[in-house]
Amino acid sequence: MSLAVAFQKLSKNFGPVRVLHEVSFELAPGRVTGLLGENGAGKSTLMKILSGYETATEGGFAIDGRPQRFTSSREAEREGVVLIHQEFNLADDLSIAQNIFLGHERRKGWLLDDRAMNAAAQDVLRQVGLDAAPTTRVRELIVAEKQLVEIAKALSRKARLLVMDEPTATLTPTETERLFALIAQLRAQGVSIIYISHKLDEVERITDEVVVMRDGRFITRRPTAELSRHDMANLMVGRELSDLFPPKAPAPAAPPLLQVRGFTVPGWAQDVSFEVRPGEILGFAGLVGAGRTELFEGLLGLRPASGGEVAVAGRTLRLRNPRDAADEGITYLSEDRKGKGLHVNFGLRQNLTLMNLKRYARPVLSPTREHAALVQAVEDFGIRTGNLQQKASALSGGNQQKLALARVLQPQPRVVVLDEPTRGVDVGAKRDIYFLIQRLVQTGQAVIVISSELVELIGLCHRVAVMRAGHLTATLEDDMLTEENLIAHATGTR
Amino acid sequence: MPQEPVDTSVGRAADHAPAHAGGTSSSAPTRATALWGKLHGLGPVLGLVLLCVAGTLLNPDFATLDNTLNVLQRTAFIGIIAVGMCFVIISGGIDLSVGSMAALIAGCVIMVMNAAGASMGAGPAVVALGMLVALLLGALFGLAHGLLITKGRIEPFIVTLGTLGIFRAYLTYFADGGALTLDNALADLYSPVYYGSLLGVPFPVWVLAAVAVAGGFILNRTAYGRYVQAIGSNEQVARYAAVDVDRVKITTYMLLGLCVGIATLLYVPRLGSASPTTGLLWELEAIASVIVGGTALKGGAGSISGTVVGAILLSVISNILNLTSIISVYLNAAVQGFVIIIVAFLQRGRR
Repeated sequence: MSLAVAFQKLSKNFGPVRVLHEVSFELAPGRVTGLLGENGAGKSTLMKILSGYETATEGGFAIDGRPQRFTSSREAEREGVVLIHQEFNLADDLSIAQNIFLGHERRKGWLLDDRAMNAAAQDVLRQVGLDAAPTTRVRELIVAEKQLVEIAKALSRKARLLVMDEPTATLTPTETERLFALIAQLRAQGVSIIYISHKLDEVERITDEVVVMRDGRFITRRPTAELSRHDMANLMVGRELSDLFPPKAPAPAAPPLLQVRGFTVPGWAQDVSFEVRPGEILGFAGLVGAGRTELFEGLLGLRPASGGEVAVAGRTLRLRNPRDAADEGITYLSEDRKGKGLHVNFGLRQNLTLMNLKRYARPVLSPTREHAALVQAVEDFGIRTGNLQQKASALSGGNQQKLALARVLQPQPRVVVLDEPTRGVDVGAKRDIYFLIQRLVQTGQAVIVISSELVELIGLCHRVAVMRAGHLTATLEDDMLTEENLIAHATGTR
Repeated sequence: MPQEPVDTSVGRAADHAPAHAGGTSSSAPTRATALWGKLHGLGPVLGLVLLCVAGTLLNPDFATLDNTLNVLQRTAFIGIIAVGMCFVIISGGIDLSVGSMAALIAGCVIMVMNAAGASMGAGPAVVALGMLVALLLGALFGLAHGLLITKGRIEPFIVTLGTLGIFRAYLTYFADGGALTLDNALADLYSPVYYGSLLGVPFPVWVLAAVAVAGGFILNRTAYGRYVQAIGSNEQVARYAAVDVDRVKITTYMLLGLCVGIATLLYVPRLGSASPTTGLLWELEAIASVIVGGTALKGGAGSISGTVVGAILLSVISNILNLTSIISVYLNAAVQGFVIIIVAFLQRGRR
């Protein structure tokens, strides 16, 4: 029943960039394996290859001793390998049963056999412990329930190897407990599970062994019991964590630059108050859905806000849109680089100058001066690119992120809000970005960092505000910044 | 909590990367891609040249100066509107109402001029007033479109589908189902605006040239033009980059309305009347010119010169059909349709 996987010198290139380097290791059947690695370590790519969403450039893998090369997720599913995505692959307007059987519908002659599908769906729903009718629309489910539907879908396809990518990212502690119970049950039934998570306490609790990857390479495979969390973190990063961050300069005692009082974004953030001083890095921690991004989108006029007061350098303002905000010296880097941060089909120059284009137009645009600004930015931000004329889409993720960062800093804002500034960025670029943030505050700018990486917030920030379910629950000073503290406030266990 | 979209991002970046395998030098494919892009950009010009060669072979009258100026003069209305349409389409919008709008503006201009002529006598001031009314109404209709689309958050397709009917119905109503006709004295005074020429070139051709040059300049050399492209490329990104999306979009519709106004003030002296068939299907010809000119219907990037070439190409087709008897004139729209589809086919996969 269980299924053994052996990767054999598997390499993967995206264009000229090699993201996986001759990865070789084996997974024993019937176990829960934690797959650890930083963002960009290649975990997701490897799992996508295993489950048929990508193909290897060189090398490959064998399942139960037979070499396999899946060219679609359907082929992988036929062998019992199912990947559950971070972003669920569910059609919101279809029912649970319709989703479970999507692409594998049961028929009675020419017609769909809804009764059989609903009955079968009911069975797998009972297995995963979801108490909902198979005819319920997926739109009506909460995130945790959608996750269970995904797992039910995998079970209905006779999954023998289940890959879970950050399954608890959006779950509450209770829901997480339920998921863990389900994982234990699946393991007992002989399903192998690969569990990708950055939450080391979870990995420590539920996995039998861990595999560590770094920079596209296999680093080690060890029984979980042999490792402490600190060992895991060091294996992931490959060096002592302190190297990654610039030394913190003490925040100068100055009157606040940005003051927010009683700010409310309906449905997302209630009555939030905070302030940030010049030269200070203020972090925002919280679970996904805690309302951090939405709070700042509301502040910048990107979402309707009700109530509350915003003051910059003591002056109360009304910011109706990002233009107003930029004019007042506040800019925002979105967490969604492709969707909101960068014009990937635009050239680098056009991307860089978009936010303060007026400076290059009086009134005729000067490509020469724009180009000079690009040359300067490439130098200042360490953007690695062979050709300054190319489109932004030709840059690697890290360099795209640096370009997006350069864009929001072009107007020389007094307060800059960086939402997940290092998401999808490799360790080297991460370090560059941290040092850049440090340089910003040294010139008296105020920086707000929203991040889901606790290590990042602890290493970088002077103070960290924690949000939970739309409320700002605590603001922790430097000496209180530990992962345990942050998690406790973010999940409400303290 | 931490998520990991890196792999997909690299994957998408790779979609655009010219080299697929490692070890290939990246500069050569880039150059080839650039060359290919240039050839694509020349597509409409090449098509126009081929059509002209064909026209010359089929009828010796085709390649005369008179006929050339005639074709350009006939292109002027659609060409001017297409320049404005180009901005709207690049910004990711569409305007289906321009033909009806031209008809209604023409009718209003005639009514205002007749009324003014009756009270103050036929003079150049009345003609100037008529032209001013055309421009003002165009800008006003554009403003209405822009406000409904941005502040009212209605799809441009729907808004302008609505006004397409509204504009033409009002003209029909004002004309009482027939035609509105300019008083003779005024018509004589106004006619040089269409029929007159400067240095041997008809006025409408000069105006088309001026509108095209201005349009190209605005699109490529001003901040506004960059914003239009940024919004069409990705509206969300533009909004987050502090571009005042609503204002830029409203302005594109006003610019188009202004172009319709210009085209109409050139059109009125041609026939001196407006009827329910005035400007019929102009919207399709204007949109076709933009698309044939190499602008993608989904927006983001486009070219004014291509648009003008596209407009000329379409009128060259009907000119050739008029001059030759190989294909029936009745099939004019069919031939144009085939050309549009062929050009679109050749340009597919460019983005």
